[in-house]
Amino acid sequence: MRPLASLVCGFIFGWGLFISGMMLPAKVLGFLDILAIPSGNWDPSLAVVMAAGLAVTLVGYRLARPRRPLFETANQWPTQTAIDAPLVGGSVLFGVGWGLVGLCPGPAIENLATLSPGVVVFVIAMIVGMAAHDVWQARAVAPAKPTFTHAGTADG
Amino acid sequence: MANFTPISAAVGGALIGLSAALLMLVNGRIAGITGIAAGIIDPLSNHRLWRATFIVGLVAAPVSAMLLGFALPMPQMPASIVTIAVAGLLVGFGTRLSNGCTSGHGICGMARLSPRSFVATGIFMVAAIVAVAVTRHALGG
Repeated sequence: MRPLASLVCGFIFGWGLFISGMMLPAKVLGFLDILAIPSGNWDPSLAVVMAAGLAVTLVGYRLARPRRPLFETANQWPTQTAIDAPLVGGSVLFGVGWGLVGLCPGPAIENLATLSPGVVVFVIAMIVGMAAHDVWQARAVAPAKPTFTHAGTADG
Repeated sequence: MANFTPISAAVGGALIGLSAALLMLVNGRIAGITGIAAGIIDPLSNHRLWRATFIVGLVAAPVSAMLLGFALPMPQMPASIVTIAVAGLLVGFGTRLSNGCTSGHGICGMARLSPRSFVATGIFMVAAIVAVAVTRHALGG
């Protein structure tokens, strides 16, 4: 049941990105371009998407916290709390890449449905970047057992 | 603000939140696309199937929209393939290093009131705003 439930969740997530216009790099860049505020061409839509998403998730998580999930033995809440150099540095790198094209991981993968050659290049580069990070981390902690965060405990 | 679409943004955002809430209530998992994608490519991962089906659902959504008669616009991408590849590498490496992206930190993390996620979201927003200011205005793109 778990794979089926996450299929449905992915489908709802995809519809959310599609309806909100967040699949469109031009719309995302229209939000990030705050220098367009004086000319009246700024698009605050992304802030509304985040606010609505946050509000619903906040309520959902309040309901989920004291409960056992339907198809799992326990909720897998992220465990990291440190505000450290990888968090800050990684966020800077991600932000620059996001601003260059207007695609973050969700919309990038979802846009594969358009068969856009540019999106295919972006997603391949993104996967190479993720794998490069994992190889680098595995080397940094070798030869001990990998202690870096696996996806199970990641923030997202 | 001619391009502002508050209603579709609120409806779409609420659906993203519904997805994140359901994934926790049903499967006990965070709906972070970085963690989900990374958990598929990680050779040590042993929870690939639910992540893979989430991605299938994500890509199936616009396909279903198209079948229902909605227009699926081609995304506007930079002309330079080098820019696209560099941006992709930065997004992939950066999101793994900071353990989350717009969904994992921006939605799920902030909804858990995680200080880490507030810091990450603030930083990647500012970095992206600066990147857009430089490429669109300073370089005159």
